[in-house]
Amino acid sequence: MSIATGTFWLGRYDTVKTRFSSLKKIRWGRYSVISIPSLWLALFFFIPFLVVFKISLAESAIAVPPYTDMFAWNVEDAIIDVKIKLGNYLYLFEDSFYLDAYLSSVKIAAVSTFFTLLIGFPMAYFIASKTGTMRTLLLTLVILPFWTSFLLRVYAWMGFLKKNGIVNEFLQTIGLIDQPIQMLQTDFAVYIGIVYTYLPFMILPLYTTLEKLDGSLIEASKDLGAGPIRTFFLITLPMSMPGILAGCLLVFIPAVGEFVIPALLGASDTLMIGRVLWDEFFQNRDWPMASAVATMMLLILVVPIMFLRNGKKEGAE
Amino acid sequence: MTQETTMPLWKQDGAKPFIQIKNVTKKFGEFTAVDNVSLDIYENELFCLLGGSGSGKSTLLRILAGFEELTSGQVLIDGVDMANIEPWNRPINMMFQSYALFPHMTVAKNIAFGLKRDNVPKKEIAERVAEMLTMMQIEAFADRKPDQLSGGQRQRVALARSLIKRPKLLLLDEPLGALDKKLREETQFELVNIQDKLGVTFVVVTHDQEEAMTLATRIGVMGNGIITQVDEPRDVYEYPSSRFVAEFVGSINLFEGRIYEDEVEHVKIKSKEAGCNFFVNHGVSCSPNQKVTVAIRPEKMKVTRRKPEQEYNCLHGQIIDIAYMGNLSIFRVKLKSDVIVRVTLPNLVRENRNPLTWDDFVYLAWDDDSSVVLTS
Repeated sequence: MSIATGTFWLGRYDTVKTRFSSLKKIRWGRYSVISIPSLWLALFFFIPFLVVFKISLAESAIAVPPYTDMFAWNVEDAIIDVKIKLGNYLYLFEDSFYLDAYLSSVKIAAVSTFFTLLIGFPMAYFIASKTGTMRTLLLTLVILPFWTSFLLRVYAWMGFLKKNGIVNEFLQTIGLIDQPIQMLQTDFAVYIGIVYTYLPFMILPLYTTLEKLDGSLIEASKDLGAGPIRTFFLITLPMSMPGILAGCLLVFIPAVGEFVIPALLGASDTLMIGRVLWDEFFQNRDWPMASAVATMMLLILVVPIMFLRNGKKEGAE
Repeated sequence: MTQETTMPLWKQDGAKPFIQIKNVTKKFGEFTAVDNVSLDIYENELFCLLGGSGSGKSTLLRILAGFEELTSGQVLIDGVDMANIEPWNRPINMMFQSYALFPHMTVAKNIAFGLKRDNVPKKEIAERVAEMLTMMQIEAFADRKPDQLSGGQRQRVALARSLIKRPKLLLLDEPLGALDKKLREETQFELVNIQDKLGVTFVVVTHDQEEAMTLATRIGVMGNGIITQVDEPRDVYEYPSSRFVAEFVGSINLFEGRIYEDEVEHVKIKSKEAGCNFFVNHGVSCSPNQKVTVAIRPEKMKVTRRKPEQEYNCLHGQIIDIAYMGNLSIFRVKLKSDVIVRVTLPNLVRENRNPLTWDDFVYLAWDDDSSVVLTS
């Protein structure tokens, strides 16, 4: 009896041990696989961010580099003086200029993202509904603009939108307007620029989800009495949510910090945080303030995304 | 019960068909998937379309559901031409081969989907869904998502969803294809019971002849876009109308031969392959001396070591293969002409004292009414 129990116990111990070690092996494998991207992120994202964050806590100074040190050594008394200035962050809230810039950026990015989705979804749907060469051709057409310099394409839009540009000339020729419309240097031009530039980032993730969408689900919905419009809202749209989410993030995040498009197409009063950052850095040479603006922008972007991710995980469970 | 009520609708003269498929053709570019098919299906039938892949059976089913436009022809359901009726307006539901359950909805919501679209009052939806869940024995899974279910459970949900609107006609695309053998057998009988209980007309597409045999009131055998034979399961098996049907449904031995005596009540056929003459006790409409095929099912033959006393329908050969299947054994017998004949024998006793074995010479014989003469 006791012997039997003993072997039983041994046997169980054995399996526990082997299981444990195999688990460890797998984990090591996993770590080594993700170590390269982790290292990359640490080197080129996290460390630079820490540097920016450190600068944001300094004071602007006429020096090289133009800010004060955080640590000062007092060798005689062996004291480290740590100097942290929170004033930059407080100033962000005191001066409504920064808050307005943040809000305006988020608004412009949100509206642009919405229109990118509105235009991108039908395009992605159309491409996904095609097969073979046609599909490849259409996808290539979506990616093709990337082969031209981004700046060049924005300049091309200036040619389209300026007072004596192609759009105005055309509208005047067909007699729709008498006077050229001011399009360049307006928020409208900024929207057009952002929507145009970021459209592929919306279409590609949407295409991947729509392409995987099981056609028999659509047919089942129709078979059960839902017409094409209902089927779209009840089946196609909810099923493509991952693509919509990915596309929106891919457009929204860079659009918030966009600098070039508002600078070239926008008016002088088009307020965007990217521009504020630029001005703080190059015009005012106030590195700590610029760093505080950048840090804050990251927080504004990262926090909602983390919420989104958590929401998605809960939804999946 | 009178004779009239027991006689199935398709045998009654002047019975009104529920589904009328008239000269339907469907082409995809150059490829003809369904080729001039005409078929009547009656109310309360469990009709099976049986065919291999690419036979056009699934296309025909999708035509009924309204997912494929006709190249030519006409489909009437309950006397109504379906030409301009969209899938969502047809009194038909379909159970998809992949089940096509909506992955973002719970089981209960999946089942309720069809009723919600018809603006059925909420209370009635809840009642009918509950009733359906009970009938399919899936109450426990009502709040689960489809990816948390096993194959058999998903199959039940799909069936429940397609039945909840009480359609006049239910189309089933390989309904048991994704289930394992044991579950398939159980579900087969269950399907028949449900069909009987609800009085819905079923049209089932399948490539599995066993499935078709157990389910169907009638089978339509399809090949290359054409329906080659429509008959009750027994007749499809025992009286195949062509070589194609004979070979597709079950296994069969075929011998080429020539008719040398053609009477009203019997024919005699000479066959070099078989090394004997055949006597078939049914007349064949054909020209004298015509080449024909004689077909005999493996289980219809008697196997003996001693030569049986019959002049016709007797083959002689050597056993080259034996497969023990449990309930029966399959023998492959090689004739002098090198033709291999397949014979099955039931294993009636547990221990056979003098079993047939490899290299034994045996005689294979059958009765006059066991074989079929095929002219096409």
